[in-house]
Amino acid sequence: MKFLCVECDRQMVFEERQLPGDGTLAAAFRCPQCGRAVGLLTNPMETQLVASLGVKIGGTTIEPQPLETVRGMITTGRDDAFADGTRDPGPGIRWSTAAEERLARVPNFVRGMVKKIYADYAKERGLVEITPAVMDSARSELGLEGM
Amino acid sequence: MPLNIRTYHDLTEPDRSGLPGQIAAQRRRVAARLAGVGRVVAVMSGKGGVGKSFATAGLGRALALAGRTTGVLDADFNGPTIPALLHIPVARCALRNDAIEPAVSSDGVRCFSMALLLQDGRPLGFRGPEAESHVWRETLEAATLREFLADVAWGTLDRLLVDLPPGIQRFQELVDLLPAPPAVLTVTIPTAESRDAVRRAMQFAQERGAQLLGVVENMVDGPFAGDAGEALAGEFRVPLLARIPWHPSPDVWDGVARRMQRAS
Repeated sequence: MKFLCVECDRQMVFEERQLPGDGTLAAAFRCPQCGRAVGLLTNPMETQLVASLGVKIGGTTIEPQPLETVRGMITTGRDDAFADGTRDPGPGIRWSTAAEERLARVPNFVRGMVKKIYADYAKERGLVEITPAVMDSARSELGLEGM
Repeated sequence: MPLNIRTYHDLTEPDRSGLPGQIAAQRRRVAARLAGVGRVVAVMSGKGGVGKSFATAGLGRALALAGRTTGVLDADFNGPTIPALLHIPVARCALRNDAIEPAVSSDGVRCFSMALLLQDGRPLGFRGPEAESHVWRETLEAATLREFLADVAWGTLDRLLVDLPPGIQRFQELVDLLPAPPAVLTVTIPTAESRDAVRRAMQFAQERGAQLLGVVENMVDGPFAGDAGEALAGEFRVPLLARIPWHPSPDVWDGVARRMQRAS
């Protein structure tokens, strides 16, 4: 899927992704020449199809986690399936109380992986504290639907 | 007046999404993970209930006991039985760097299965829109197969046996994911109905470039009559590796393992 600015005959460049949490996805693409932006809006079915392929519109900057699609998508997994529920977030990174409360609401089946992804995101950007705002940014930037 | 626009393949500018590149990276990850695997062997049948998982587990155990490092990937995500057949207790999956450690049976067979992940008695459920779920569910199961291949620390193996569900869909997904088509071991029961269904599966595998290692005829001398094993072996010019009786002795798989090794 690509977008072309017909007037400028230039391929539009991915700029931003939003995951409102209702299964839909919004992505903005901008023409590098005239600056015009268009929005790609997918319905839950279309969003799901892309997610099922294990790819992310707009790409991602961090390495995929082991079984990332499986863990992110399965709803009937055992709470204690993985021994990573308390993975160390890494040196120099702390979680705010509000972020920890939000993380605690993530199903245990996927929580350890989500924690690692947020920690990697924070480390990559030189952040020392993970807050709900950081989690929101990570969700949009990394395309973490449902995490 | 129609717009004179360039089409998809005319666009050559860098694309941050790079979806084809993401797919290619997934394939490279599979290839890298399986670089230490001597051979991938798909255990398949066009027919359900013929004992594919039973044969896979018996063969895996026999190979391991013969000193061959062996893994079993349980690709039947909706009816996973391999851990039970290998007597592997359900335990927490451990992570090591970029991969999940496989479970290991007391015989030394490395195994990964959906049975290790699911709640007891619950079917495999995926998050997503309920309506028209058939559109995306098979894609998700293909992604699951990819991650079971790429994200489990299989290590160095002589053989990785892949226990497929009935039919041909999962086999096609396996062919799509692997750098080269897997070898195929086919399981049938003696009946003409099984023969006809398994024939289609063997034909399908052959057309996709898979080497057919041979046929195992299961549940012989029981209530099922026929000669499906012999007929299929003759038709495809492959060995009939074994005729497994209704109540096989544990060592029956040793012979199958030896003959399969020779065939491959």
